[in-house]
Amino acid sequence: MAHKSSPVAGNGLLDRRFFLKAGAASSAALLSAAAYSSERPAWMRVPGAPMSESGAPSEHEAHLRRTAIGSQQGTTGAGASRTPLELLDGIITPSRLHFERHHSGIPAIDPDEHRLIIHGLVDRPLSFSLESLSRYQTVSRIQFLECSGNSGASIAPEPVQGSCSQIHGLVSASEWGGVPLSVLLQETGIKTKGKWIVAAGADAAMMSRSVPMDKVLDDAMVALYQNGERLRPANGYPMRLFLPGWEGNMSVKWLRTIKVVDQPAMTKDETSKYSDLQEDGVARLFTFPMGVKSVITSPSPGLQMSEAGIYQISGIAWTGVGKIRRVEVSADGGKSWADAALDEHVMSKCLTRFRSAWRWDGTSAVILSRATDEAGNVQPTRDAVLHGRSSSGFYHYNGIQAWRIGTDREVTNVYA
Amino acid sequence: MFTRSVVCIVVVAWFLLTAESSVADDNPNLGEVVSLADLSSLDLTIMPNGEGLPDGSGTAAAGATVYQENCLACHGAGGKDGLNDTLVGGHGSLSSDRPQKTVGSYWPYATTLFDYVRRAMPYQAPGSLSDDDVYAVTAYILYLNEIVGEDDRLDSNTLPDVRMPNRENFVWGYAPD
Repeated sequence: MAHKSSPVAGNGLLDRRFFLKAGAASSAALLSAAAYSSERPAWMRVPGAPMSESGAPSEHEAHLRRTAIGSQQGTTGAGASRTPLELLDGIITPSRLHFERHHSGIPAIDPDEHRLIIHGLVDRPLSFSLESLSRYQTVSRIQFLECSGNSGASIAPEPVQGSCSQIHGLVSASEWGGVPLSVLLQETGIKTKGKWIVAAGADAAMMSRSVPMDKVLDDAMVALYQNGERLRPANGYPMRLFLPGWEGNMSVKWLRTIKVVDQPAMTKDETSKYSDLQEDGVARLFTFPMGVKSVITSPSPGLQMSEAGIYQISGIAWTGVGKIRRVEVSADGGKSWADAALDEHVMSKCLTRFRSAWRWDGTSAVILSRATDEAGNVQPTRDAVLHGRSSSGFYHYNGIQAWRIGTDREVTNVYA
Repeated sequence: MFTRSVVCIVVVAWFLLTAESSVADDNPNLGEVVSLADLSSLDLTIMPNGEGLPDGSGTAAAGATVYQENCLACHGAGGKDGLNDTLVGGHGSLSSDRPQKTVGSYWPYATTLFDYVRRAMPYQAPGSLSDDDVYAVTAYILYLNEIVGEDDRLDSNTLPDVRMPNRENFVWGYAPD
């Protein structure tokens, strides 16, 4: 059996169990050595701060913010902000850093006045208050949410130079808690002709999407909680639709009405926006699940390398159809690949954290990751994703991401 | 759109159904019955067949004024060259290197335009247009795209019959079970 520090693939990629076996000693090598003093530092010479009613990140983490915040011209609330993926580890996105995509800003909803109304092709149109929904048995799922426009910058003819979050930060993962929509529809009853729902929000745009009934009855949730607390306003307070694995736009925030219908309503977002134009001029509607995908978050642009040596290559992988089965990493531009280690928490329709060990020799290198899901779908190359697409088709981009590490220790976006 | 007689029928049907069907015992059953009369103002969904369209009507001639007052600042004169989405033109561009997706070149259903304008526009004051104004400005945008005539009157009967030029160029990526 090869020694754990022997390369398993080209250009210094080491066994995925390297860190497990080598332990803290080699992990410490990732950190720049801090000057060590034998004197008590200032914070150990006086009592610390008292308790407080609500915590906040360390003042030294003030740089940990959402990025690439932009709104359509003439508006302040019709745009997006992105999760700083390269500054996070694990799989849970802190709620304050969950990506945002709003169509007319964040509404200031009074939770006591808000109602969810289910009507249309039902036996009993019913209205639910937040208080009443809170009495239903809630379910909890740790799952990702991804905007279908995520990574859309990667269709550009030349690689866009930005951070991992600027390019890929429209994906986040949370523990979502709420009431299965199927439970509420059981209460209203569904008429035989009811095959879709139209969900609309209480934002100023009354953003609306049609969702097929089989998805609704499978795993749709009226989410009330995000990472243990009530939803943040930017994520739909006091209630949102959550559709695991499907394009984020459908998980309608500030959920206000659900109309059961016999066919899709062909709303503005599902026809003119979130449809996939092909190069032949034909557009695909209702391309719901997010494809199998991964991205290396560290190293990545903006995280400068230090000297040659052992590094952890770490990233996230996800798929809209179930669990991630495998992530492979290459350190030689895709010529050779080795399996990355997956963190213990591999859950359906959730982010999965992967890690590889790499001995960087200080020369220029291109690193990539490639995910495979439990249905056998393999993350495609950029060329494969773009094949047959319109030059304007940026939704559902899940191509393999390559980062180039230069001899100047800078990391840049490249097409490999 | 519910007429009074339809509402009566639905209400009667509802009583029959509640009498016959039961809901799960392990469900707290806290939903409160909604009056059907409230729903038309709560849920503005317009279906491609026109279901949900309100009374009222409008023409492009009237819509030009509505457009100047409410839409021009973001969408530009004639639906082009504004700060925000281009509404007019792009016909025949979809399979080119520079596809231009506008209401006229891309959108498959005219009902979608009415639905979206009524629920979300104008951006700074959604819900401020009358249904007549929404019909009129819908007609104006379709007229600029040479899809309806300047004096064609759009209402709940005529709007669903408007044939959008790109209607046939959509396929479904989803197949129901």
